[in-house]
Amino acid sequence: MPEIRVTPLVGAGQDVGRSCILVSIAGKNVMLDCGMHMGFNDDRRFPDFSYITQNGRLTDFLDCVIISHFHLDHCGALPYFSEMVGYDGPIYMTHPTQAICPILLEDYRKIAVDKKGEANFFTSQMIKDCMKKVVAVHLHQTVQVDDELEIKAYYAGHVLGAAMFQIKVGSESVVYTGDYNMTPDRHLGAAWIDKCRPNLLITESTYATTIRDSKRCRERDFLKKVHETVERGGKVLIPVFALGRAQELCILLETFWERMNLKVPIYFSTGLTEKANHYYKLFITWTNQKIRKTFVQRNMFEFKHIKAFDRAFADNPGPMVVFATPGMLHAGQSLQIFRKWAGNEKNMVIMPGYCVQGTVGHKILSGQRKLEMEGRQVLEVKMQVEYMSFSAHADAKGIMQLVGQAEPENVLLVHGEAKKMEFLKQKIEQEFRVSCYMPANGETVTLPTSPSIPVGISLGLLKREMAQGLLPEAKKPRLLHGTLIMKDSNFRLVSSEQALKELGLAEHQLRFTCRVHLHDTRKEQETATRIYSHLKSILKDHCVQHLPDGSVTVESILVQAAAHSEDPGTKVLLVSWTYQDEELGSYLTSLLKKGLPQAPS
Amino acid sequence: MYLWILYLSSVYQRLSQLLNEIDGGTAVKRHCGADPHRAVTELIDLSTVDVILISNYHCMMALPYITEHTGFTGTVYATEPTVQIGRLLMEELVNFIERVPKAQSASLWKNKDIQRLLPSPLKDAVEVSTWRRCYTMQEVNSALSKIQLVGYSQKIELFGAVQVTPLSSGYALGSSNWIIQSHYEKVSYVSGSSLLTTHPQPMDQASLKNSDVLILTGLTQIPTANPDGMVGEFCSNLALTVRNGGNVLVPCYPSGVIYDLLECLYQYIDSAGLSNIPFYFISPVANSSLEFSQIFAEWLCHNKQSKVYLPEPPFPHAELIQTNKLKHYPSIHGDFSNDFRQPCVVFTGHPSLRFGDVVHFMELWGKSSLNTVIFTEPDFSYLEALAPYQPLAMKCIYCPIDTRLNFIQVSKLLKEVQPLHVVCPEQYTQPPPAQSHRMDLMIDCQPPAMSYRRAEVLALPFKRRYEKIEIMPELADSLVPMEIKPGISLATVSAVLHTKDNKHVLQPPPRPTQPTSGKKRKRVSDDIPDCKAVKPLLSGSIPVEQFVQTLEKHGFSDIKVEDTPKGHIVLLQEAETLIQIEEDSTHIICDNDEMLRVRLRDLVLKFLQKF
Repeated sequence: MPEIRVTPLVGAGQDVGRSCILVSIAGKNVMLDCGMHMGFNDDRRFPDFSYITQNGRLTDFLDCVIISHFHLDHCGALPYFSEMVGYDGPIYMTHPTQAICPILLEDYRKIAVDKKGEANFFTSQMIKDCMKKVVAVHLHQTVQVDDELEIKAYYAGHVLGAAMFQIKVGSESVVYTGDYNMTPDRHLGAAWIDKCRPNLLITESTYATTIRDSKRCRERDFLKKVHETVERGGKVLIPVFALGRAQELCILLETFWERMNLKVPIYFSTGLTEKANHYYKLFITWTNQKIRKTFVQRNMFEFKHIKAFDRAFADNPGPMVVFATPGMLHAGQSLQIFRKWAGNEKNMVIMPGYCVQGTVGHKILSGQRKLEMEGRQVLEVKMQVEYMSFSAHADAKGIMQLVGQAEPENVLLVHGEAKKMEFLKQKIEQEFRVSCYMPANGETVTLPTSPSIPVGISLGLLKREMAQGLLPEAKKPRLLHGTLIMKDSNFRLVSSEQALKELGLAEHQLRFTCRVHLHDTRKEQETATRIYSHLKSILKDHCVQHLPDGSVTVESILVQAAAHSEDPGTKVLLVSWTYQDEELGSYLTSLLKKGLPQAPS
Repeated sequence: MYLWILYLSSVYQRLSQLLNEIDGGTAVKRHCGADPHRAVTELIDLSTVDVILISNYHCMMALPYITEHTGFTGTVYATEPTVQIGRLLMEELVNFIERVPKAQSASLWKNKDIQRLLPSPLKDAVEVSTWRRCYTMQEVNSALSKIQLVGYSQKIELFGAVQVTPLSSGYALGSSNWIIQSHYEKVSYVSGSSLLTTHPQPMDQASLKNSDVLILTGLTQIPTANPDGMVGEFCSNLALTVRNGGNVLVPCYPSGVIYDLLECLYQYIDSAGLSNIPFYFISPVANSSLEFSQIFAEWLCHNKQSKVYLPEPPFPHAELIQTNKLKHYPSIHGDFSNDFRQPCVVFTGHPSLRFGDVVHFMELWGKSSLNTVIFTEPDFSYLEALAPYQPLAMKCIYCPIDTRLNFIQVSKLLKEVQPLHVVCPEQYTQPPPAQSHRMDLMIDCQPPAMSYRRAEVLALPFKRRYEKIEIMPELADSLVPMEIKPGISLATVSAVLHTKDNKHVLQPPPRPTQPTSGKKRKRVSDDIPDCKAVKPLLSGSIPVEQFVQTLEKHGFSDIKVEDTPKGHIVLLQEAETLIQIEEDSTHIICDNDEMLRVRLRDLVLKFLQKF
């Protein structure tokens, strides 16, 4: 029995933090994403690849690896996986992801190795070697991984270059959403997929229960909070990832500053982010329609009010707004600034996205106000802490919408929290009447599939059937009869006649002739005439003919009347038919055996 | 179902014709001078066309005529760069035309009797009655809104019957060849392809393999000119003129080869000491064209793509603009008049020299022999283009740069791809009229290419024999294959055919329905069997001895066998039954004893194979 197997590797299912999912479909093994967990600093941050294969090489086992987007929880373990564990097969991702991914990896490596002094980490060279294995894909392009396995990318919103992937072998398919966003925002469009009816849809469920209020309200709220804080002289820290939310919020603040004619400085932590804006300019075809339409007149990613940040600015007096990386306050510049500003209640930190457990971001969001920092130092948080969900993940409504678009046979939830997923699972099962799964880490979900078998049907046979299907009386289902010729892996359905001919076989004709004795004293011709009118009156749907030689035919069945050699009062009817007319022939004999109705006198 | 098979064979031809019509739009324009009417023939009823595939932005200039005024309701497919740059080309054209509105336009000359008397080239123009006014921007926008964007190697299902796929053709940004295929047939439409490494993504040749038919068109217009040599000549002539204090005029389209020329100049100007010479690019869409060229990273050659990954603009004209060496203006009016400095190099349209800002520069610079006009676009005869400006003192250099396939490349391509049949325009099957001895300037392939002429319908040389059908797993499970010959198995299939959206599925036959109720009065006709339940064909032969043994085993006695010339007769004397057995037939003659007949029938069937 063919089946599809899905195993979220440790750290993927029922847990936001890192994605890495193993899918087996029709004998092909595909790894979806290769993320790392930002809350851990030890071995637990990478998925356990020994699960995939105990002793063989990964390259022999995996047919390909697909990366949905450049966030580190989806691609952070890639150099470790390909260079340190060892994988030489193809890695697929979109062009923007391919461009941006190595930069984020390098950034991450620097923080881990140079700042924290971690050993046994991948090197810059490993990132380069890893990226050489990447094959870039276009949206909607069908990429033939091998003769049977094909993949196709769909636009996912979320971040620049994010994609959902369809993985298809024959008529079986799986769709993996990665992270996606069903509502267009200020810089990206909404995810979209066609009605591809996959056997299984694997969807993220970060915001499984949240139905977020309208975007406009959230934006207004955000601007109000920022504005109020700077008005009273406070500093606003917005921890962001260099690419993604940062650009959306910059566009938002830039237009607000312009409208309100504000002079308070807005800074963007340097390095990566300037570069990031440049990526947005060059990959503008991946942004939303409005930005694409107007980019010649005004490129939305050239900001007037937002300037590069210098470390020294953090100690400047007076209000300011600073975007700093990384987004979960787990390291780097955002954490440094946070430590400087945390003690002042006039200041504010706005967390515009989700924070993984174990990060400072997660701690302050869950209400912790005394943080233990390195060296047993305790940091008291007096500044205001605000959470605003600007993460471009689909909310419950969005997830339901996508399920409706793709019309999958089954749904599997990953990248979420168990309790919330349970709620969503019930909702999906109720509304769409499909099975919904939410495997734990390392737990395998097995779905039996029953793929239909494609064969070639001869056009002659098909046309004949279709033509008869067009006749008005053909309302009831008709049976198509043919012969399936199987030669190697070539399957062809042809008419029986053609099958015989192709194989050089002669038809064997099986004919029956039944003698029916009938009491009738009249002459043979008269008997024949009576038989004709009798049959004609009963078999209205059939072609009944009276031939000049005195015989009667019903379709291709022949009825002849002869005198009985011994009994002149009896006629012998010879009813003759071939095996192909078996039912009708048999029926006729039994009908005639009952005798003819009395002739009207 | 019938319909689409019929439709399929004709749509291939329609598509190719149509594409040629659109291609032809540019060619026709050559005769139209400053009055670019377009011919869209009335050959086919365009409202019956389901799909238009656009190969590249030069091939869509006639699109508004089709989508706006013919009743066409189908879908147009094109890549994003094709649409965006196509829009710019049309916008420029409309802008040029609308700048010089005509109070009235002459049409009486189109009367055949009058046209005949006019001087050449007017008297030679064909089908002048079908020439149209240039479209408006509104029509352009409406036409473009009907285009569905597609990406390379995207499989697009048409009506469940055919699949079309655009492939990179290497000629321009977003330029495509098209695969049109069903499950058993494949037609490739190769139009405007290039094997040279310029800015676009390289041509995808591998996907063209296994074509039943390859339609080949859009070859180079200048088969004897080598584009690399022409670029060299372009640069050296440009430098020479400027060094002598003259100006250079380059009549060109606002997109395409100009990107490559600017890139060459970027590398060339410093070494040639031209750093202080201003380059002007004047077109209503100059800015857009330069900007758009930088955002299609995914459609560019590998070198340019890797630049974007850095991230840097893929084309060096960004740097030329930044350093003020290249300046662009929407027209000669406004800012340009203030900045204009001579000697200089001006890129501007239209390359036909009949309209656009180029006309102004021809008049300004034509009288001085210091100046040079360099023709790079291959679409127009430069002599014809210059005719109205004669006598001219300015130098004229002809450096046509046409990167599309030449005949050597075509034969290499065909050897590589090996289509069963090649179909191409008639002119490619013979040497050009002006060089009739050059037998190398024609398509040479085996079997010989089938050629078509304008307005001709061509039947493509293949017969469709098979169609894909899907067997439902439940039905597949119920099939009983038997091996007839080594490696060949057969299974008889009786199934219900379902067809929806041109997809065929075989489902298991319904279970025989139980008689609904015994209360209903039975009518005679209820018993009449449905003759549509088909019995299989039989094959094989019956070995008499074994057959007789089987009969005996089943309780028949008193069996007599008689030989006949062709076989045997088995007599069951007790049952007054006679069975004639021959090589290919069996005839059971018996009394009306249905039980007996059915028993005999089943015994006979045991020896035969069913089909």
